[in-house]
Amino acid sequence: MLLSETEMSTPAKHVYMDHAAGRPVDPRAVEAMLPYMQSSYGNPSSLHTLGQEAKHALEEARTRISDLINAEKKETIIFTSGATESNNLAIKGVAYRNKDRGTRIITSSIEHMSVVNTCKFLTTKGFESVFLPVDMYGFLNLESLETALTDKTVLVTIVYANGEIGTIQPVQEISKIVHNKNAYLHVDATATCGQVPIDVKNDGVDLLTISSNDMYGPKGVGALYIKEGIRLEPLLHGGGQERGLRSGTENVPGIVGFGKAAEIAKKETPAESARLTKIRDRFIDGLLKPIPYSFLNGHPTKRLPDNVSVRYSFIEGESMLLSLDMRGVFASSGSACTAKTLEPSHVLLAIGLKHEEAHGSLMFTLGRQTTEEDVDYAASLMPDIVKRLRAISPLTPKELNK
Amino acid sequence: MYTEKVMEHFKNPRNMGEIPDADGVGTVGNPVCGDLMTIYIKVKDNHLEDIKFKTFGCGSAIATSSMITELAKGKTLEEGMKISRANVADSLGGLPPVKMHCSNLAADALHAAIEDYYKRQKEAKK
Repeated sequence: MLLSETEMSTPAKHVYMDHAAGRPVDPRAVEAMLPYMQSSYGNPSSLHTLGQEAKHALEEARTRISDLINAEKKETIIFTSGATESNNLAIKGVAYRNKDRGTRIITSSIEHMSVVNTCKFLTTKGFESVFLPVDMYGFLNLESLETALTDKTVLVTIVYANGEIGTIQPVQEISKIVHNKNAYLHVDATATCGQVPIDVKNDGVDLLTISSNDMYGPKGVGALYIKEGIRLEPLLHGGGQERGLRSGTENVPGIVGFGKAAEIAKKETPAESARLTKIRDRFIDGLLKPIPYSFLNGHPTKRLPDNVSVRYSFIEGESMLLSLDMRGVFASSGSACTAKTLEPSHVLLAIGLKHEEAHGSLMFTLGRQTTEEDVDYAASLMPDIVKRLRAISPLTPKELNK
Repeated sequence: MYTEKVMEHFKNPRNMGEIPDADGVGTVGNPVCGDLMTIYIKVKDNHLEDIKFKTFGCGSAIATSSMITELAKGKTLEEGMKISRANVADSLGGLPPVKMHCSNLAADALHAAIEDYYKRQKEAKK
């Protein structure tokens, strides 16, 4: 089981397939940002020319985000520090503001931790949070949603497409069910916005979380779309920026970069999604076909164009990640061993995987720089990696090691 | 995240495999937690004449398994029982704190294998 000398040496090739964790900033966005750090550094709240320059740039970015999701007007967009803050603001903001109407919040069992832990936190403040099941593909169970919706329900918060398994929810259908019961619908579009065209009017969304870095803008910026007429309690109190919903001097350079990234996404998403979908499906075939006891996590077609999540029986994710890293491929895993907790991903458990299956999962997220050659290279490494680790594992059936 | 020593053992694990006619076998961990190790020992004149392992788990689980076989091979059974989790981690130049508990089971597996050997000896005498 020794690796050959060439395998041991530092790989010349670097293939980045962890875009869900972090993306490069589009050079056009970087260029747009620079003046707002060096020359137009005024505060948008200042009356003078430099301040008004910044204010203008801020509002232009707001228009671009608003255009990307087809919002009714730019004032529906509130800038935040990122998706975690947007999710917190949407959920706590609606819950606190509407406490008189009801205290029940409904969510799914495959949400991002910023939704999971916010909903759990609210249970310590007199609210009731319900985590609905999903099926084996990760689709929300719509019947259980109808049953769970009571007159006391003020908010339903659902991920548009989960970033780990890529499954895209039927948001329009969910919206109809939620609005029948007069609750608000918050959708976490962190992994979706910029990958798939989103239309908040058509989808029937009341609040939408958007992340800048997930569409090749800078990190540390995000937005929350709040449909006209919906009132929230702010999380941050201060100078009253962002219509009083998010006090604090605006991160102008970040927001400008985010705006530019949104403008680019609006123009390029349709063609890029089609390109990535083709590469994604080629990659999935390459990862699964040559290897027995290998499976796809999530739905084969109703999934994000950039998401590839697979699992291999009898072996563990981190050891696969390390093996890929040695060969220059950077991916992610569903195993606890790479995280701070010991439990495997709650998302993989929610779609019905056993703990050991969740531990054996690998996640690749593709991006604008990913080529067909890259996915072919990554796929070509897996048979040897899996074979080696299966030879070490006591769980592997004897006939597989022959 | 890992020391060079850990990565070296992960890349080139020592004494990997099974001993079909082992004198003692110890299995610890649980696939549910993401770590499962089996240690096989062959005993001659109270010494660990041969030792092999099989492991399902992360990089540190595989590296600690490999390391314990190096530490234990040729030692007496009493010396084997004295090899601790800390000895294994230290010999690898340290492990990340989160791995100290879940993925550092190799010493337990070795102790279980030696105890299994003692048990088998006792039963043979009956």
